[in-house]
Amino acid sequence: MALTKAELAERLNEEVGLNKREAKDIVELFFNEIRDSLIENQQVKLSGFGNFDLRDKSQRPGRNPKTGEEIPISARRVVTFRPGQKLKVQVENYAGSPDE
Amino acid sequence: MTKSELIERIIDKQDQLSVKDIEFAIKIMLDAMSETLADGDRIEIRGFGSFSLHYRNARTGRNPKTGESVILDGKFVPHFKPGKELRDCVNASIEP
Repeated sequence: MALTKAELAERLNEEVGLNKREAKDIVELFFNEIRDSLIENQQVKLSGFGNFDLRDKSQRPGRNPKTGEEIPISARRVVTFRPGQKLKVQVENYAGSPDE
Repeated sequence: MTKSELIERIIDKQDQLSVKDIEFAIKIMLDAMSETLADGDRIEIRGFGSFSLHYRNARTGRNPKTGESVILDGKFVPHFKPGKELRDCVNASIEP
């Protein structure tokens, strides 16, 4: 089953001893602070896990797949994730098939 | 922003927990996330995005030092797909 914010809060409750309210707050703050840093165009480096980087893409030609009509895809800023060495090693030996 | 700066920001934004508890909580969260992926499961964070594994096929590589061909086994790599909310607010920040 997928790991969610609710499940993370439960772990903080069980393993750190935070009460439900505190656990939920920390989980929210964690992802909100990462998001705010990215909005400020500042990359986020979580050693052992990975880096969230920002890339500015310039405008490029696109096409409406239904009509074939040409429409430019506007310039945009996107988030990319580069897993850290430790995480890469942890997952690369996974033998099953991922539940996409 | 590094992990320790992230922890500092979280400390600044709340007043109930000790620094030690917050540091430990962030470690537990990152460990839980890594372990989930190592087990082949997904992480789904509403508004932020999802993490899953992507498979990379086996391929023939080359030892850059000796030039010798080596067979590299197929492997799984972590993949992050930003959620719509994160995509939209990061993209909105590009505008002056």
